[in-house]
Amino acid sequence: MNTTFNAKGWALALILLGLTITAYKAYELGLPLTPEQNAEVWTVQAQVSFEGTGKPAKLSLYIPENTPGFMLLDEDFISSRYGLTIAKTHENRRADWAIRRAKGMQTLYYRISVARSNLNVDWDSKPDFPEAPDYEEPYASAIKAIIDDVREESADVESYTLELLKQLNSSAPNENVELIRDKATGIGQWTDEIINVLKGVRIPARTIWGIDIVDSANNAILRPLLQVHNGDNWLTFNPETGSEGIPASFLVWKVGSRDISSLEGGNDLGINFSLTRTYTELIDVARQGAAKRDSFFSEFSLLSLPVQNQNVYQLLLMLPLGALLVVFLRTLIGLKTFGTFMPILIAMAFRETQLFWGVIMFSLIVSIGLMIRFYLEKLYLLLIPRLASVLVIVVILMLLISLITNQLGIERLLSISLFPMVILAMTIERMSIIWEENGAREAMLQGLGSLFVACLGYVVMVNENLMYLIFVFPELLLVVLGLCLWMGNYTGYRLTELVRFRGMLDKEAK
Amino acid sequence: MRFFALPGELQKRGVLGMNKRNADYVMRYNPRRLYPLVDNKLETKRLALEDGIAVPELYGVVAIEHQIQEIASTLTDYQALVIKPAHGSGGSGILVLDGRMGKFFRKANGSLLTIEAIQHHTSNILSGMYSLGGIPDKAILEYRVDFDPMFEHISYQGVPDIRIIVFRGIPTAAMMRLPTRDSDGKANLHQGAVGLGINIANGETTNAVHHNQLVERHPDTGHEISGITIPHWDNIMRLAMQCADTVGLGYLGVDIVIDRKLGPLMLELNARPGLSIQIACGQGLLINLQKVEKHSHLPTNIDARLELAKGLHLSEDIMKVIN
Repeated sequence: MNTTFNAKGWALALILLGLTITAYKAYELGLPLTPEQNAEVWTVQAQVSFEGTGKPAKLSLYIPENTPGFMLLDEDFISSRYGLTIAKTHENRRADWAIRRAKGMQTLYYRISVARSNLNVDWDSKPDFPEAPDYEEPYASAIKAIIDDVREESADVESYTLELLKQLNSSAPNENVELIRDKATGIGQWTDEIINVLKGVRIPARTIWGIDIVDSANNAILRPLLQVHNGDNWLTFNPETGSEGIPASFLVWKVGSRDISSLEGGNDLGINFSLTRTYTELIDVARQGAAKRDSFFSEFSLLSLPVQNQNVYQLLLMLPLGALLVVFLRTLIGLKTFGTFMPILIAMAFRETQLFWGVIMFSLIVSIGLMIRFYLEKLYLLLIPRLASVLVIVVILMLLISLITNQLGIERLLSISLFPMVILAMTIERMSIIWEENGAREAMLQGLGSLFVACLGYVVMVNENLMYLIFVFPELLLVVLGLCLWMGNYTGYRLTELVRFRGMLDKEAK
Repeated sequence: MRFFALPGELQKRGVLGMNKRNADYVMRYNPRRLYPLVDNKLETKRLALEDGIAVPELYGVVAIEHQIQEIASTLTDYQALVIKPAHGSGGSGILVLDGRMGKFFRKANGSLLTIEAIQHHTSNILSGMYSLGGIPDKAILEYRVDFDPMFEHISYQGVPDIRIIVFRGIPTAAMMRLPTRDSDGKANLHQGAVGLGINIANGETTNAVHHNQLVERHPDTGHEISGITIPHWDNIMRLAMQCADTVGLGYLGVDIVIDRKLGPLMLELNARPGLSIQIACGQGLLINLQKVEKHSHLPTNIDARLELAKGLHLSEDIMKVIN
């Protein structure tokens, strides 16, 4: 009883482990569960240009670091003669370009590819509460009035901010609001003003800048969003509409002030963002995304192997599924086959020839081989030479079939070179023995059983979705192992036994 | 007859399935290291002779190809004999020669063989054609059982044998397998042999099954086959129990034949006995197996065990009294 529990416990543990890792990879790393999904990939290009003065120049550009809702797939710096260092500041990254002599028009590019994902970002910084500033009159009284007004209508940081934004952006503003509005020109300043007001009630607030990724565009502009900290998290608001949250299409570029680039030793700094949309297979997106994130699982992914090895593994990884199928068909169904895993090897061969031709080939070679084998029986050959003879005959048969079908122009059967000839020879040998020992019926039954299992195995093993799944999520092999353990513990009746023992019912009645 | 039975219906009748047999009986009660004792028939025979168990006399062993030539002389010494692989399974590779007709040898089914055909068959045995996994094997030449005349009417070309399932030293089920024309003289139920259930309490045959159908008479001889009392029944049971003691397997199939002159002889042992016996007996194996399993201690004395086996069909209480 104890061993039963152990095997079942192991089975359950393995299945759970496999599924957990799969789920983690699927939902956290964003690896797609089906192969044929296409993903939009956006390339954002920041073009920075300035006029060199012939002296050393230093150019800094903030580049995206935390991008909620987007996966960073790839980034490029196109700045041939410049020295490049990337500095990580608290919540931003900054590219610093430097050059000894910059003369004339200088243009540098930063390019980033992103794709949508359900990536969440923890801005874990905990800001200090700001000191309430000494506002100047007449703003001081105006701000005080607004603050008091809003406080009446709110309960916490979130509702306070919402209410404040509502009042400040009201379409029928009172004079206090109007006073503040006049102060700000442009949305950037407007956000700063809101932050300034929030300081009055000591709510930490900041701006984040980003780009709306909606359509291909040559002149995308940075726009700000307001973030307030409620003690646990940063909450994001649109400073003009008050709508909460980061919009799905908003690519966060920088946290903090607007100054996205700075220049020393040059003039006329200009920056331009452009957007292009391309489509890539989701798996590539996921692969790149996982690699960028230094995930443990992507390091150990089969996708990191050289391509030709990947192809071998793609085939190899299907074998356990075939084995699982055999376990199922033999333990739960009770089908009889020649050899335990022989049908799976045949099924692998069917991959080369396709099912229809594969079955025809198999039947043809086995039946002709069987006839010749029966003749060999009369020659009283020793076993090994006879097996070798059958093997040679199988090869000759395949050669003939290839030549004939080539003449007929059926190309499909030319690719049978991988047909497992040794397996076929063994099949012929075993079938002939069973034929003699247990009769033609039993031999045909087992032959057809093997063929049936091979066909099913083929259907399972060429399934693109399964192939993809097991290749990208090889931890599913743990699930396969778990299922094998589970079935290894199955002591109930096989389906065929329900038929085999059906006669027992009559006797009971007697 | 319905096309299939429901799992619950089989369970109620104590039918043992292949998976359960393997997991709960074969794997649990048969230590793997003991398998060679029964898988190798030469070894079984040697052990049996040591312990005084009656077996068909060994005429010779062909171990290497070179010795095959010597078969001819053995064949002249004995009119009838059996050639079989030491590692054969499920009765495969067994050649029964009944006698000579000129330069030909007569098989059990009456067909004639040349000496070359016999030598080729032996050579096949040596090269492992009939052994598990195809490993090289030896051929055993032994006494051909001259079966008891009482079976003449209920058998067709071949030796009817008795299969007893011995569990933890207690016989729990028995059947007789009668070769038919369909089965080509073979005693395998799904090849068309008749399975004849035997009541282990008294050695009387109960019901008979042919091709999964209840039958009253032998399909070839037309002779009535149920209600026959098997001679030497107690000795047959004792023989089966002795075999189990000798090889030490907890779940064992013992195949026994009754020779006209020599009485019951053990033919071979099987560490993975088949499940067809349930169909022949019309009773699931589990019923008796579970009764035996309930006892943590079983008697070692053969006669006490015989009593126990004979009482298995009775209710639990009587079992306890006997125990």
